[in-house]
Amino acid sequence: MKLPIYLGLLHRSEHTLAESFRQVADGHGDEPDVYFLCRSLADQCEKHEQALLPIVERYGEVEKDDEPERLHADGLSKTRSGAVGLLRDLQDLYLLGSLVDITWTAVKQAAQGLRDAELLEVVTRCEGETKTQLEWLSTRMKQAAPQALIVAE
Amino acid sequence: MVDRIADIWGTRTPFAQGDRWPVRVDQVLAKGLSEQDVDRWVQSACVLCSNGCGIDIAVKDGAMVGVRGRAMDIVNHGRLGPKGLFASWQGVSNKDRLTQPLIRENGELVETDWDTAMDRIVSRSKALLEEKGPLSHGFYTSGQLFLEEYYALGIIGKAGLGTPHMDGNTRLCTATAAAAMKESFGSDGQPGSYTDIDECDAIFLYGHNMAETQTVLWARVLDRIGGPNKPMVVCVDPRSTEVARHADVHLPVRPGTNLALMHGLIREVIRNGWIDEEYIAAHTLRFEDLADKIEPWTPEAVAAECGVDAAAVVEAARIFGTSQRVLSTVLQGFYQSAQATASSCQVNNLHLLRGMIGKPGCGILQMNGQPTAQNTREAGADGDLPGFRNWENPQHIKQLAELWDVDELVIPHWAPPTHAAQIFRYAEQGSIKFLWISATNPAVSMPQLPRIREILAKPELFLVVQDLYLTETTQYADVVLPAAAWGEKTGTFTNVNRTVHLSEQAVEPPGQARSDLRIFLDYSRRMDFRTKSGRPLLDWEGPEDGFNAWRECSKGRLCDYTGLSYERLRGGSGIPWPVNEEHPDGTDRLYGDGVFPTHADAAEDYGHDLATGATVGDQAYKAMAPNGRAIFKTALYQGAHETPDGEYPFRYTTGRTAYHFHTRTKTGRSPQLHDAAPAMWVEMAESDAEALGLGEGDVVRVESRRGHLFAPVRTANIRTGTVFAPFHYGYWDAADPAEADPQQRPRAANELTLTEWDPVSKQPVYKTAAVRVTKVADATGPAPAPTTTASRPARAGRVLATVGGAAGEVSETIAPTEPPAAPRDEVRS
Ligand code: SF4
Repeated sequence: MKLPIYLGLLHRSEHTLAESFRQVADGHGDEPDVYFLCRSLADQCEKHEQALLPIVERYGEVEKDDEPERLHADGLSKTRSGAVGLLRDLQDLYLLGSLVDITWTAVKQAAQGLRDAELLEVVTRCEGETKTQLEWLSTRMKQAAPQALIVAE
Repeated sequence: MVDRIADIWGTRTPFAQGDRWPVRVDQVLAKGLSEQDVDRWVQSACVLCSNGCGIDIAVKDGAMVGVRGRAMDIVNHGRLGPKGLFASWQGVSNKDRLTQPLIRENGELVETDWDTAMDRIVSRSKALLEEKGPLSHGFYTSGQLFLEEYYALGIIGKAGLGTPHMDGNTRLCTATAAAAMKESFGSDGQPGSYTDIDECDAIFLYGHNMAETQTVLWARVLDRIGGPNKPMVVCVDPRSTEVARHADVHLPVRPGTNLALMHGLIREVIRNGWIDEEYIAAHTLRFEDLADKIEPWTPEAVAAECGVDAAAVVEAARIFGTSQRVLSTVLQGFYQSAQATASSCQVNNLHLLRGMIGKPGCGILQMNGQPTAQNTREAGADGDLPGFRNWENPQHIKQLAELWDVDELVIPHWAPPTHAAQIFRYAEQGSIKFLWISATNPAVSMPQLPRIREILAKPELFLVVQDLYLTETTQYADVVLPAAAWGEKTGTFTNVNRTVHLSEQAVEPPGQARSDLRIFLDYSRRMDFRTKSGRPLLDWEGPEDGFNAWRECSKGRLCDYTGLSYERLRGGSGIPWPVNEEHPDGTDRLYGDGVFPTHADAAEDYGHDLATGATVGDQAYKAMAPNGRAIFKTALYQGAHETPDGEYPFRYTTGRTAYHFHTRTKTGRSPQLHDAAPAMWVEMAESDAEALGLGEGDVVRVESRRGHLFAPVRTANIRTGTVFAPFHYGYWDAADPAEADPQQRPRAANELTLTEWDPVSKQPVYKTAAVRVTKVADATGPAPAPTTTASRPARAGRVLATVGGAAGEVSETIAPTEPPAAPRDEVRS
């Protein structure tokens, strides 16, 4: 069964996303909404990791599999500054969040196939929150984009 | 004669449930004048809070010399409060009014003429449009102008320039009221009416110190309390306000914990089965979304988090759950605190759960702070589009484009409107280079003042300030425009329960001062804004043209003004909208039929996730198919972001006093009001003060991570661990020069507050911050805080009582006429 591979992927990507949210919060402290929300969304990602633990205990988790990693999603190494920098950082979070989101989708399909009620419950709860994270990022980017791309220096 | 400084609410006129509130006509005239001396009385309404009391202005020899309440007005039945009585006319008829435009030359503001001042504005504006486009422009207006002025400004910004960067200081006072109604009911628009006070069995005041913020409305409550079948009163407020003193249940929650309390109340109401399942099934959506949010909030859990008695939580829920008719009112204690929209929506939810909406006594009043805030929201001078239109609905944009005869693409609807704090952030970053501030004073009223001053002082920011007086904000202006005041211009405005009043010009403005409307129209003309067919965009001659244009804009919307005209508003009472063919006499309450404006084609907003502010978007909204049903919304409790710790051990909260308004531009110039509350103070609980070795009047330094202030301490009835500061005091009238300089002797409450806002309403969080307190000097006397209000000393007898003496005397005529009646109850879909 290859589910452990996806559980590993999910676990790692939630972890990366949490770290990146925290990094963006710290790097953009002058944007209070970004600061506070990114911090609480980082907490939320960590809760997702926690929620996965009992599942991982049952199925195990594979760190590396035989499939080579083609796309590297290592998280943000450093935040940028300025209006366009903020936009880019939010966009990177969006990409990382999308990876988490689609991984939840794949795991959910497996959970349904396995008729694993516990896993389904975890997926349903977390997947919705990940979607809201993406919606917030998109809302915030829509707000920031015109100013950053047209008038900011 | 009654001393209305000592007796804020005046003589009691008790009445029974279901009766009409008796008339009491309050009148005051300048010293030495009697009624025979008055040349004429001019119809208006008061602009010193959101209550909107009908008022007549006394005129003698071309000057305002006094006021009286309008007996036939459904809002106040003749009464006026201290601010209306003493500040409305005295606050504007002062020698230090601005009478000429000023421009900055070699670093100094110097007098000039209108042509020069406007030329300077227009040439800067045009150059920036050329170079950077409309996103370089921002407008920050008020909750104190008239409807016609906001609509003109809205058209300039949205159809002339095309900038989304427009907001009002209404963002600071009422944004959450609007946001909560949009989320729950699909649109802004007050469901309830003041007549619900006359009819209710219980009244819940959530973070609403009505006794001080809307004194005449509180007089109506007091008269119910004094009459047969008095209503139960439940008060949520960390201070022992006048409301709390009359409450059957007082819940003095820790600032920042409102949502935990609301979850607890809802949980109790549901668990006890005090809900109307039929109503929920027929008229609401997403009831099931509440479950996981409220589940942890047992009365004991609420008690622990909020610092209140579990039994009091149970009792409050019982009163709500078992009374037949409940009125809820909500204000800044919720709106300016953590998780504002989620908490305020829970108030709406309580009413939806019981189907208590739109029926006599079953009201919700999501209050406003300022007198004309409703119009800022309706007319599009803040982030909203005119007529409660939805920026995400292409049909609504098309309607506006047709109405104004402009290209749809000009109207900024491609992104959420920019809220005040974000406008200042863009100015800080230098992408907004032109900021026009009208009738407000951000250098005292915005959070985190040290930062705001830096932004306003930025040399590359071209700052226009339009006001009655020199203020803390005009100091930083490149151009200062002298505006005409209330009583010096004609226009309409709408109070918190949708009642529209006409305010007629009584006297001429001083010197060259001009109405805000004239200034905006002049700017539009000089900018040569045109429609698609080449006509001037704003060709109004005066306010009545503006009103007629607005009527067109409001047609078919919830806030329908089509049945109103200046003529219709002359002579009688104010009239609550909607007023149209269907409701020719106006409308007392909305949603009596349980049909809400949530249809996708009607909704003003498709809503948000209340925890993050993520927009729902049109697709998800349409998929939800609310189609006239109200929506249950809230969020998981998170609490305040900045809470006390070892370094900053106190919770800091700010608010108002009965005697002042905003930054005291008017009330500070009324001798009676000034003397009642002349200077800054802070309030602490007696035990906290004692622990720090502080006595009444000792001077302290209060410090947060952002700034500090100095003020004398009042030991008051406030919950322990909390420090309260009134936000009215700035620097313009400081007694000695050191006190006029915030660098030397800061005293404004907002030196300490933090830049943070609710994720949905974007209203700043003024009510939670962590501070520390240290003593700096012994008392030279008691703190200059009133003894008649929430700031009364914890121990009586040590501080001289606040009185007005002869100067505070007002004549009260009780029951000279029969009370007026509100429009018949009607429903609207
Ligand atoms: S209650 Fe408000 S509107 Fe009425 S007189 Fe007082 S300040 Fe004016």
